[in-house]
Amino acid sequence: MVNLLQPFIDMLGDVAPIALVLFGFQLLILKQKIPNLKKVIIGFILVWIGLTLFIVGLEKALFPLGKLMADQLTSVDFIGTNTNWGSYYWVYIFAFAIGFATTIAEPSLLAVAIKANQVSGGFIKVWSLRMVVAFGVAVGISLGSFRIVAGLPIHYFIIAGYVVVLIQTYFAPKNIIALAYDTGGVTTSTVTVPLVAALGLGLASTIEGRNPIIDGFGLIAFASLFPIMSVLAYAQITNFLNRRKNDAL
Amino acid sequence: MKKTFFVFLNSLLNSAKDLAPIVLVIGFFQLVVLQQNIPNFADIIIGTGFVLLGLTLFVYGLNLGLFPIGEALAFAFVKKGSLVWLLIFAFALGFGTTVAEPALIAVANEAANVAQLGGIIDNEAVDNYAQTLRYTVAISVGLSVLLGALRIIKGWALTYLIIGGYSLVIIATIFAPEFIIGIAYDAGGVTTSTITVPLVTALGVGLASSIRGRNPMTDGFGMIAIASLLPIVAVMIFGILW
Repeated sequence: MVNLLQPFIDMLGDVAPIALVLFGFQLLILKQKIPNLKKVIIGFILVWIGLTLFIVGLEKALFPLGKLMADQLTSVDFIGTNTNWGSYYWVYIFAFAIGFATTIAEPSLLAVAIKANQVSGGFIKVWSLRMVVAFGVAVGISLGSFRIVAGLPIHYFIIAGYVVVLIQTYFAPKNIIALAYDTGGVTTSTVTVPLVAALGLGLASTIEGRNPIIDGFGLIAFASLFPIMSVLAYAQITNFLNRRKNDAL
Repeated sequence: MKKTFFVFLNSLLNSAKDLAPIVLVIGFFQLVVLQQNIPNFADIIIGTGFVLLGLTLFVYGLNLGLFPIGEALAFAFVKKGSLVWLLIFAFALGFGTTVAEPALIAVANEAANVAQLGGIIDNEAVDNYAQTLRYTVAISVGLSVLLGALRIIKGWALTYLIIGGYSLVIIATIFAPEFIIGIAYDAGGVTTSTITVPLVTALGVGLASSIRGRNPMTDGFGMIAIASLLPIVAVMIFGILW
């Protein structure tokens, strides 16, 4: 069967320092009782158990298969020897699909979406925010794969991305900006990073002239930049449509 | 009891909806595109069951524990009125949650290997290099959360901080050794873990809600954005100086 003890201990190493900082400050510095202490402790235990099961399950089921597929899709047997960047179309499609799918399953993004929904009084829908972010990650990762295949320097893309984000920021509705920037950082954690990293390393090691150590990195950077654009764009489009509807009335 | 059961069943169903895309994508590519069998089918079923249950429990615990305590702390700090302790707390939260982060340890070790292959450092320095890099990133995340909290208190516009951050990234890119650029850009994304994100978000929203004149929507978010920018700069500066 599955050995669960070790993963639970490992995850405790993740949760414990955080709990220590939180409870330490609450009791020693703020000298305050924690409201609903029992509930909070149960919550922490649930988070601990939940994340452990989540990660053990991913490592058992989805990661091995996902990594294997990233290897197979980028291998010479599948792509053939006489190639240009266009022969990798299945890789781009896979990058898009897996970027989208892993982002939908990302627990941190779910947490931020729930919070945004509460704070905006239900105006921001949990599900649509996640869809928009997932679309951004999908575009980012497939463009990032293209960059590795084509061998272009990463900083051109990133700097161009920054410029686009700043222009969008200027025109976007004010109340969405901070949330949009945050989604860039939260999309890439537990689920996305291992699969996407495998894809990048697989690509960089198959293609001639690429160095896996240098070119294999950078997909995560694309995955954290593009959701910012997609969320800003979504807010702008919604805003525009609402205004037109109001004008028509 | 019956009601709890139905609520739980409903959350399980929601988690299943969250995971369906991954299962579909992997299944489609494996069976249709690559035309291969799915190996270890039993393992995959068990694993998917774990993931489902795990995600459901995580979301439960989030609403029960992480969100309330993040907001309670923010509220208590504002009531106490001590900016210094709030900033120390913000730094400790950012530093403490990052320094032990497995993804960061992996990236730091990778960077050390690259540096060694590139002849930047010799064999003996590898461990030292990885560790210093790890602390550099953790300190930069600590500073980011501190800066994010200070921004909410002072009411600074996030956009200016982000423009400043972007400019620093671009300037650092010009001077940084080439091998570290890809790693540095990735470091920004991997530093914020699944437990840190809900806490930091709750802290920010809590701060913005308890200070008069702040809007939780415009001011409460943004800490994670800063925490994904500064590490990029920190890693590149580290690459330049080492």
